[in-house]
Amino acid sequence: MATQDLVRPIGDVGLDDRPVVGGKGASLGELSRAGLTVPAGFIVTARAFERAIRAVDPAGAVSTEIEQLPAADGAVIAQVTARIRERIAAAPLPADIAEAISASYRALADSQDHGRDSPVAIRSSATGEDSGGASFAGLQDTYLWVAGEQSVLDHVRKCWASLYNAESVSYRRQQRIGEQALAMGVVVQRMVEPRCAGVMFTCSPTTGDRSVIAIEGSWGLGSVLVSGEVTPDSYVVSKVTGEIVRRTVSAKLRLHQLNPAGSGTVPADVPEHLREQACLDDDQVRALARVGKLVERHYGTPQDIEWALTGSSGGGDRIVLLQSRPETVWSGRGSGPVATPKARPADHVFEQLSRVVPIARPER
Amino acid sequence: MDGNGFGFPLPSQIADVPGAEGWRSMYQYFTRFQPEDDGRFWFHNAMHFPEPLPAFDTVTCEIPYGAIGANTARVFSFPTTLGIEHRILNGRVYITAIPVTDPAEIERRLAVFQERAGYYYENWDHLFTAWKAKMTALIGEIDAIKVPELPEIDDAEVVTSATGIAQNHYVRENYHRCLDLYSKMWHYHTEFLMLGYGAYVVFFEFCKKAFPEIGDQAVARMVAGIDVVMYRPDDELRQLARLAVETAVDDEFADGRAPAEVLTALAGRGAAGQRWLAAFEGARDPWFNVSTGDGFYHHHRSWNEDLTVPFAALPRYMRLVREGVPLSRPTEQLRTEREQIVGEYRGLLSSDEERAAFDQMLGLARLVFPYVEDHKFYCEHWFTTRFFAKIRDFGELLVRQGVLADVEDIFHLHHTEVDQALSDVMLAWAAGAPTLGAAHFGPIIAERRRMLEVLKGWPPPPAIGPVPEALNDPAVRMLWGVTAETLAMWAAAEDSDGQVIHGYAASPGVVEGVARVLRSVNEIGLIKDGEILVCAVTAPSWAPIFGKIKAAVSDIGGTMSHAAIVAREYGMPAVVGTGHASKLIKTGQIVRVDGDRGVVTVLQ
Repeated sequence: MATQDLVRPIGDVGLDDRPVVGGKGASLGELSRAGLTVPAGFIVTARAFERAIRAVDPAGAVSTEIEQLPAADGAVIAQVTARIRERIAAAPLPADIAEAISASYRALADSQDHGRDSPVAIRSSATGEDSGGASFAGLQDTYLWVAGEQSVLDHVRKCWASLYNAESVSYRRQQRIGEQALAMGVVVQRMVEPRCAGVMFTCSPTTGDRSVIAIEGSWGLGSVLVSGEVTPDSYVVSKVTGEIVRRTVSAKLRLHQLNPAGSGTVPADVPEHLREQACLDDDQVRALARVGKLVERHYGTPQDIEWALTGSSGGGDRIVLLQSRPETVWSGRGSGPVATPKARPADHVFEQLSRVVPIARPER
Repeated sequence: MDGNGFGFPLPSQIADVPGAEGWRSMYQYFTRFQPEDDGRFWFHNAMHFPEPLPAFDTVTCEIPYGAIGANTARVFSFPTTLGIEHRILNGRVYITAIPVTDPAEIERRLAVFQERAGYYYENWDHLFTAWKAKMTALIGEIDAIKVPELPEIDDAEVVTSATGIAQNHYVRENYHRCLDLYSKMWHYHTEFLMLGYGAYVVFFEFCKKAFPEIGDQAVARMVAGIDVVMYRPDDELRQLARLAVETAVDDEFADGRAPAEVLTALAGRGAAGQRWLAAFEGARDPWFNVSTGDGFYHHHRSWNEDLTVPFAALPRYMRLVREGVPLSRPTEQLRTEREQIVGEYRGLLSSDEERAAFDQMLGLARLVFPYVEDHKFYCEHWFTTRFFAKIRDFGELLVRQGVLADVEDIFHLHHTEVDQALSDVMLAWAAGAPTLGAAHFGPIIAERRRMLEVLKGWPPPPAIGPVPEALNDPAVRMLWGVTAETLAMWAAAEDSDGQVIHGYAASPGVVEGVARVLRSVNEIGLIKDGEILVCAVTAPSWAPIFGKIKAAVSDIGGTMSHAAIVAREYGMPAVVGTGHASKLIKTGQIVRVDGDRGVVTVLQ
């Protein structure tokens, strides 16, 4: 099998490659094609996954077993999936797949300072994921600060195995998603060590308002925010006027940073002087909003974007996108028009001014 | 606790201000709170009446409310609202709109409203053109009124034209004519006003539903005109500043130099000086007929009457011209930006059907908006400053005839008391006897002057009485900004310590600075460069001082309040509708004005 069937550079793929590289990988490639900055890296394809699984389970017994699992029985699912994961994580990789991954990693490592132990992030990119209809994301694992060839290979396998973690399997059973077409890509990306990071919705997460972009950010890695360990700073920016409609600076007590020991990430306290300080200045908020607008325009639907700001606080900050997927909460909620045209414009006034406007009592 | 959930005091629970217990003597009986008024909701109209009202100035509520209520309740038959009632309490004006809530009555009123309002909306442009002509003619009429001079021997014309009427007759007739024209002006004023607000409310509420997070100012920007008459006086000043620099006579305009002195000096500067003076005279009529306040008090004089206000702004504009700063508003750019904003919001709507509704509502809002923006210049500024000037002329007559000691004393008499004083004059002139008014009115006026000073120190609660189930009046909501949110904010502020004050985000940006609390428009000379203006209410004619301040905070005002419009125009943060800021903040305190969130914080 040719190397490009097993591994694809991020910059070489787009949304159409979703079946091959999974949703996240395809989306990163698409962002990169749209001229936005994503960390350099490559994607281990779904084909590689399928080959590796077949090597472990040539008869497809795993799929059959899972499809027979009762959706509601968490205990049984936990027991069965633990066994499957062990099998996948322990099996040696087919040699050509291992070599393709290693070569791509070496090429990535050579292009930066860390040399051979260049740290990378390894993320799952399931082919059914991020389809906009169902919020699949977050069910598989992500590994940060993975360094060295062997460790990268081990974590790619772990990532595959995570497709069989109890949450993912439960979800598939509940949603009645079949196992036959199941596959996953694995994104291997240069690790960024952000000054601050966060998420951005290109519509309001609270009201669905498509005229604003909501940004949340906190110091260090964005994982601290996703995991809910910190109350982030939040900003609402008008897409139309570019004005920052609302800004709330919170006391940010915790952060996630790369483990100084060299692998994974560790939580830490935010230094005292940074806690009450806004993690983004107005220019950065506006720059992020502009990026959000570009991404949304590129995809044509509201997006849920993970971003990071790298570089020193003295300037030269760079916005890096770690992920973008369709926003699922409001997009799916088909609401009727706020108003429909009337015979004469003044008819709107007649309707409005014959309406009684009640006053809500305050809660006391 | 009043049991209605908001905790506002009842009218009957509010005591007289110590030392001003006799305040009721200044006002007519029908302005007093009645025991049954405790059952209704009232709010302090601090937007129009931030100061205690002198006796004569009650015409500025008596007559407007007579006109506005007639328009909504009787002429156009607004479906859910009748008129506005007013009461005076410790010198402050409280108002309430009377809602219609019975569905059958709403239905009945709606049928009439559709027909009549429909006629105005359909013919808006030419009716508004005719309105401007009507108003200009009315201003001509008030200007033409003569105050009789009452010479020893009457004019020969009474005999040669055989008019048969001596001029003491015209004392009363012409005084009444001033009041009558003032009343007509207010009927014209309200002719389009509520229909205008109604159309704007429709667009506003559509935007708030379609874009729940849209700022009030973003909605306003889609509708706001670019060539707005209210900007004209300030634009004229900028042009005069440019001309002075171009013709090199700008050295005469030093900060603080008396306008009369500057004008005399310019007359001696040859052709250049003459050219500037001619341009100045051209600009004055009509553009300097702009009030230094917003036309609800007799002491809101026009620029023409008090040139220190426009002349205070000229040196700064000249400095900017010399520094090469373009002073003219970039109208083309503003227009393009406005259309871009509209285009983007429109593009975000969910369907062509929704876009078609948006287009109808925006179209109607834009149709009515020139009236909403421009009527103030004709009514509150131009006409009203001429009206008060004419009343002042009657004051001079009363001084000449020995009834009053000072011209301004006339404003401490109720308009019916002025009637009495003028009768005194008419009789005395006819009889050849002295007037008797000085002994009668002298002590009354002295006591009223004293009481007004005492009343100025009273902080009126922003709202009193139980909050109604419904608030239907479009002007109450859009102009005064009284909504469920405002009421909750006011109620919360009643028990706050004054450190954080909430209001409406009227103009974006965040700044910190030294507060300058102004209790009346006459204090605007106190403001220093870079201070933050804190006041009950501002008016567009304060524009020249907006060039000096860093931010503006007002007690009352909604999206379309004039403070909000001017602050946006000047690009400075503003928080309006705080209810309390001018009472909670002291001059000299450091405050932070967050125009993005509508929050004012007292820092020290």
